[in-house]
Amino acid sequence: MLRFTGVFLLTLAAGLAFAADRVAKPVVVIEKPGRCVEDTALMRRDHMKLLVHQRDRTVREGVREKARSLSGCIDCHASAKTGSVLGAEGFCQSCHAYAGVQLDCFECHAAKPARAALGGAR
Amino acid sequence: MSSGSRRGFLGTAVAALAGATIAPGIRLIDLAGARAPGEKASARVRWGMLIDTNRCATGCTDCVSACNKENGLQDTGRPKTDAQWIRKIDIKELKTGRQHSAPVMCQHCADPPCVDVCPTGASFKRADGIVLVDRHTCIGCRYCVMACPYKARSFVHENLSAQKPEVPRGKGCVEGCTLCVHKVDRGDGTTACAEACKAAGHEAILFGDINDPHSAISKRLRELPSRQLRADLGLDPGVRYSGV
Repeated sequence: MLRFTGVFLLTLAAGLAFAADRVAKPVVVIEKPGRCVEDTALMRRDHMKLLVHQRDRTVREGVREKARSLSGCIDCHASAKTGSVLGAEGFCQSCHAYAGVQLDCFECHAAKPARAALGGAR
Repeated sequence: MSSGSRRGFLGTAVAALAGATIAPGIRLIDLAGARAPGEKASARVRWGMLIDTNRCATGCTDCVSACNKENGLQDTGRPKTDAQWIRKIDIKELKTGRQHSAPVMCQHCADPPCVDVCPTGASFKRADGIVLVDRHTCIGCRYCVMACPYKARSFVHENLSAQKPEVPRGKGCVEGCTLCVHKVDRGDGTTACAEACKAAGHEAILFGDINDPHSAISKRLRELPSRQLRADLGLDPGVRYSGV
């Protein structure tokens, strides 16, 4: 019985190690640290709630505060290399790919800050 | 301070503020259209346009190109399905042969039929009279396209890329003229089409607050005879036409 449990535990450990390697860890590069609108723990858990709240205020009421706007996030978090929050190492996409959460914002919204978007894609 | 005297003090303060001159010829009250970033759009303002077709040049499409450039509308080479926020139309009076031209875009109705028919509430009118589509809730049913008597709405049929940061657009949503809402919120006090028309030397499009009796558009509306397109429908459009 003891031997059986040992074998089981070994298999489980091997399985976990495999699981850890199977998906690449997200690449989180903070270009401009210490300037976020809220603390890291809250942003990791609740950034989508802040964005949904802000989007309704912006679209419906015309309130365009830079602090919690999506374009404010992009301006700060766009990669210095690609100028975008998308791409394999992009701030938004790498984490969303890891968590398996669909990232629909950029079907419509520009993924680059205003200046890069003008010079880059066209 | 008693409530009466406080009110009196506030009244004096407001009167002093309204009369204060920032620079020669510019009073604080003239800048009422520019809001602070945290301030909501207000129903005291109603944005609109006056289009003087006598000044609009046949064959000139500067307003259309400026609109496309400002809002990132791209030419895919398939004009039948491309989004179009402004159409230039040519009108000919059959009896007299008089020909003229005018841009037609969303008329930003006070009672917009596109809002009435929208099943999700995506098509809406902002407090300051600008009629918009909330793409977050638009399901692309195109009821509004059918309801609009001005053919002002377009549907985005294809995947888009390289959108402008201030004008998000995407496949599967309906869209139309936003009266350059991003410029309005920035306090530019004009639209891309009006700027382009002015640059071309026509000045056929005048943008402004039609609720403010001192605005340039209100003054011009008092002077010129103007019409609403399809006034019979009783939609009270914010875009008025002169010379049609």
